[in-house]
Amino acid sequence: MAQAKTQFGYRRHPDQDRLGADIAEHPVVIVGAGPVGLSLAIDLAQRGQKVVLLDDADRIGEGSRAICFSKRSLEFWDRLGVGDRMVDKGVVWSVGKIFHGASQLYQFNLLPEEGHKQPAFINLQQFYAEAYLVDRVAELPAIDLRWCNKVVGLESRNDAIALTMVTPDGPYKVHAGYIIACDGARSSLRRMVGAEFAGQVFEDQFLIADVKMTAEFPTERWFWFDPPFHAGRSALLHKQPDDIWRIDLQLSRDADPSVEKQPENVRPRIARMLGHDQFDFEWISLYKFQCRRMDRFVHGRVIFAGDSAHQVSPFGARGANSGLEDAENLSWKLDRVLRRQSPASLLESYHIERSAAADENIRESTRSTDFMAPSTPQEARLRQAVLSLAKETEFGKHMVNGGRLSVPSTYDSPLSTADCDAWGGGPRPGASMLDAPLALRDGQARFLTDAFISVGTDFTLLGFAPDEEPEAVSAIRIGGEYGYLDPQGLATSRYDAEPGTTYLLRPDGYVAARFKHPTHAQLDAALERAAGFS
Amino acid sequence: MPLSTSSNFAKPDDAFRAVVEAHRGLTDEQSADLDAALVLILANHIGDIEVLREAIALAKRRVLDSVQQQQQQQQQ
Repeated sequence: MAQAKTQFGYRRHPDQDRLGADIAEHPVVIVGAGPVGLSLAIDLAQRGQKVVLLDDADRIGEGSRAICFSKRSLEFWDRLGVGDRMVDKGVVWSVGKIFHGASQLYQFNLLPEEGHKQPAFINLQQFYAEAYLVDRVAELPAIDLRWCNKVVGLESRNDAIALTMVTPDGPYKVHAGYIIACDGARSSLRRMVGAEFAGQVFEDQFLIADVKMTAEFPTERWFWFDPPFHAGRSALLHKQPDDIWRIDLQLSRDADPSVEKQPENVRPRIARMLGHDQFDFEWISLYKFQCRRMDRFVHGRVIFAGDSAHQVSPFGARGANSGLEDAENLSWKLDRVLRRQSPASLLESYHIERSAAADENIRESTRSTDFMAPSTPQEARLRQAVLSLAKETEFGKHMVNGGRLSVPSTYDSPLSTADCDAWGGGPRPGASMLDAPLALRDGQARFLTDAFISVGTDFTLLGFAPDEEPEAVSAIRIGGEYGYLDPQGLATSRYDAEPGTTYLLRPDGYVAARFKHPTHAQLDAALERAAGFS
Repeated sequence: MPLSTSSNFAKPDDAFRAVVEAHRGLTDEQSADLDAALVLILANHIGDIEVLREAIALAKRRVLDSVQQQQQQQQQ
């Protein structure tokens, strides 16, 4: 079995000796140093904020847990300075295959076009992702990461929150302007604010095992309905780094978890699947899935992100990836509010945008789980009809649901300015920016996402041979006298651009507004709206 | 385009007959399988989620109406 990969020491902090009127005050305290809390801390620190990051453990957890990280997450991590390391270690993939019985029904490619810096997905054990993020945190003095700090009390004051932590040296308090709860599905902060976590529990049980073996399977996501080695149920096989393979087997509703997760009982199942038993177990977990969310993600000065706010079934890689999307959505808004550049009400747009995304993720993952585990005879009959129609019809293939993989949500947002021009394509307001290959004037290749990072990931005007721009905003120019070159014309076509076309990008890389020939007044109004003044 | 409930077949009897005959000789189980596949094939052919929803609502009223009628008969 896998051991904790990295152990960290608890260190006493001077805050622990400060009492009464001398209690330390911090603008932001993040609770939970998982992928979401670590990424949020890095983003805030890169924007110039001081952050205290607390974790109740002193190590990175066992097991692979999340393994699939999406293109969007990699683009975010690239902005945080850890993208290359994740991609270099990860297993890059874009193709999935769906089998029914012994035969392949169809295959899909999640990124069939060239000209993107990041791949559709990488598979990477969560502990590697966390270890790389912790290394990045260590490079940023603005982040004060405190292990073995368990939050046990939360008390609202006039303009701050009093937090009580327990440490190996006993309890202490700090005051925080904002608390971001990234403390997972069993969030204790959620309990402390008295919030519900309502939703649906699926009765079917799934066995998840990571096995170590050398094998020649391609780096694709393989999903079976009713395979010969696991009759009547579903199975998943997916490659991770270090010759580790993720295997996911649907079990019956009445399977006994304590019996099923014994290695001697798991081994024959997996040997049947692989056709041999030349493998070792890294990690075995058995669980039921839940799809649920908090009613409100923002509770005054306590804001929830990641699994603490919403939980989905894993078929679709919508757990960790949606948590990372929460972090990139929240970070720039909190930064602006702390700098008093935007009203505190800007944070409400985090709730609006990300709770709608959570609904979408829950809807997609619930549909996948229902398709894999039909709950009535008629549901099973309809599923059987789809699987058999998929053998000879295109529409049947598209109805087979073996997991719909995470793509960024398009926000219906108060920060967006509605289109006033006619568009034949391109990302609409509320959608995330699309990458494209560009070149410097000397011919050196750059991606649009690189250009976005190099101008500072603030509000940015993306202009195609623009006439002129407001000076208050950073800008990426494509074409014209000084701009990037668009050698393959892909940026122009992906953004449905003509000379003069201008997109206003938010600091998280989402489109706030777009115009074919904007006036200064239009751009100023769009910027005001996107910054939360509306 | 809303759900069309006007008579679309030149010979409606032929259409009804074709469906009836498709079920001839099948067990209830097989008939249910046939209907499930047929519904999905026709739904895809229509290719309009609003029309499909209207059709489902119209069909579902029969089921609900018959439940109501049974309850009324039991009360009488």
